[in-house]
Amino acid sequence: MKRGVIVVLFFTGLFALWWLATASGRWSPVILPSPFYVADYLWSAARDGSIFDATWVTMQRLLLGYFVGVAIGLPVGLLMSANQSIDDTIGSVALGFQTLPSVCWVPLALIWFGQTETAMLFVVVMGTVWSVMIATSHGARNIPPIYGRAALVMGSAGFHRWTRVVLPASLPFLVSGMKQGWAFAWRSLMAAEIYVTILTGFGLGHLLHYGRELNAMDQVIGVMLVIVAIGLIADRILFSPWERVLHERWGTGQA
Amino acid sequence: MPAPFLVDTATKRTPGRNGALHLADILSEAWETSPRTAMPTSLLVDGVSKRFVSKRGEVLALHDVSLEIATGEFVCLIGPSGCGKSTLLDIMAGLTQPDKGSVWSEGIRVTGPARDRLVMFQDSALFPWLDAFGNVMFGLKLKPGLTRAQRRQIAEEHLDLVGLSAFAHTYVHELSGGMKQRVALARALAPDPRMLLMDEPFAALDAITREQLYDDLQRIWLRTRKTIVFVTHNVREAACLGDRVILMSPRPGRIVQEFNIPLSRPRDINSLELAKYASEMAQALKATTGGGHP
Repeated sequence: MKRGVIVVLFFTGLFALWWLATASGRWSPVILPSPFYVADYLWSAARDGSIFDATWVTMQRLLLGYFVGVAIGLPVGLLMSANQSIDDTIGSVALGFQTLPSVCWVPLALIWFGQTETAMLFVVVMGTVWSVMIATSHGARNIPPIYGRAALVMGSAGFHRWTRVVLPASLPFLVSGMKQGWAFAWRSLMAAEIYVTILTGFGLGHLLHYGRELNAMDQVIGVMLVIVAIGLIADRILFSPWERVLHERWGTGQA
Repeated sequence: MPAPFLVDTATKRTPGRNGALHLADILSEAWETSPRTAMPTSLLVDGVSKRFVSKRGEVLALHDVSLEIATGEFVCLIGPSGCGKSTLLDIMAGLTQPDKGSVWSEGIRVTGPARDRLVMFQDSALFPWLDAFGNVMFGLKLKPGLTRAQRRQIAEEHLDLVGLSAFAHTYVHELSGGMKQRVALARALAPDPRMLLMDEPFAALDAITREQLYDDLQRIWLRTRKTIVFVTHNVREAACLGDRVILMSPRPGRIVQEFNIPLSRPRDINSLELAKYASEMAQALKATTGGGHP
C-alpha cells in the first residue's frame, strides 16, 4: 500500500515537472510538447487504430525473431558448455558478435535481403542469438558438479541427463539469459525499424521515425512511451512467472 | 555375524601381500566360505591405486588398497583428511576409475556408476528444482519395471521411513540441513540399491541433528540390512555405526588397521563402551599422522 503511494507520487511528480517545463515557455512545443499533447496524440492514434496496428506488426516480428534466436541459441549454448572445441570456436564467435551493437547488422541485412521482412528477422535474430548462447553455456557450466554426479549414480545419462538435470539446474542462468536476449531483440528491432523502411508492415519504429520526419514531437514521445510500456508488460508476462518459479524453488531473487 | 570371517580374509591379504592379487583366488575364497557364513562378498576392492596430477605435481592418493565388503555389512572408512577415503568411495561407486587394480561388485567388474550402488554425498546434492517427493522419485523413475503407482507408493514409503511424509511437497531450500540429508537418504534408498556409499553425509550438520540421524540410520539399517560403506573422519561416528571400521593412512592412502565393533544395536554414541572403541581408534588415527592432531 505504502509502496503504491510512493510510486504514484513519484510519477505524478515526474509528469508535473514535465508539464512545468513546457508551461515555462522556455522551450518551443515543437521541441518539448506538453504531456497533454502527447496524451492527445496517443488518444487519437488509439482511436484510428494506427498505434495498435503498429504494435501488432512490431510484436509479430519481435516474437518470431526472438523465438528463432532462442531456438538456435539454447541448443548451441548447451553444446558449447559440453564440448571444449565448440566453445573455443563458436563460443568465441558468439562472444565477439555479442559485443557488436545489433544496429551494426542493419547495413549488412539491407544489402543481403533488401527492404524485406527477412532483413528485419535477420537483425533481430543476430541481436538475440549470441547473448542467449553465451548465457546458456555459462549457465550449464556453472551447475554444481555434484548434481551431475548424483544424477549419474541414479542412472541418468545422455538425453535424460540433459533434459532432466542440466536444463533445470541451469534454469536461473537460462532465465536471465532469455531476459537479456529479449532486451537485445527489442533493441535490435527498434533499430531495424527506424533505419529500414519496408512496405510490408508499419511498426512502432517506423511510427517513431515518421514522427521525426514530420517534426511531430508529440508522436515521437508518445511512441517512445508505448515502447517502454510494451517492454514492461512483456517483462511481466514473459519472465515474471519464471522468476516466481525460481524464487519458490531456489529461494533466491525477487518474485 | 559377518565380521570374524571378514577380518580373517582381510588380514590375510591387506598387509604384507605385495603386488597384484589374483582375483580368481579371492573370488573362490569368497565362494568357498560363503555357504557357511551366508554372507557373500558384495564388493571387492582389488589392489586399487590412484594418482592425481595437478599443477603442483603428482599426488598418490591411494596405494594398493584391497578390501572386501560382505553383503549386509556396515563398514566405516576412517582416516585423516586427504587420505583418499572419498576417492576410494568414488572408485567403489564407479565415478572415478582407478589407475591400477579393480573393483568388483557381486563378481562383476565396476566400470561406471550403477543403480545398485547409490551414493549419498556430504552436500545433500538434492535437486532444487524438485520438491522432496520429486527428488525421491528421480531415481525411481529411472528404475525400469515399475508402474507409476508403484513408484509413487515407494517414494511415499521412503519419505515416511525418514520421517518426512509431511514435507513431501517442500522445496529443498526450505528444508533444514538434517532434513535435506534425510531426503537424500530416502532418495538413495528408494530404488532399492544393494549397496549404499555414504561420503561424510553428516559432517556439515550440528551435533544434535547428527545424533538424531545416527539413530535413524541405525534403525533404517536394521530394517533394510543394506550393505553400507560410510566415509567419515569422526571416530565416534565410526564406532557408533560400523560393524567394522577401516583405518586409512594419509597420503598415499592405504589401509593400516581394522577394528571390529561387536556392540549390539542400536548404539548410543554417548555410551561408555562405545567411547572405549572410539578412543582406541583415535589413538591409532593419531599414530598415522605422526602424533599430531588428526
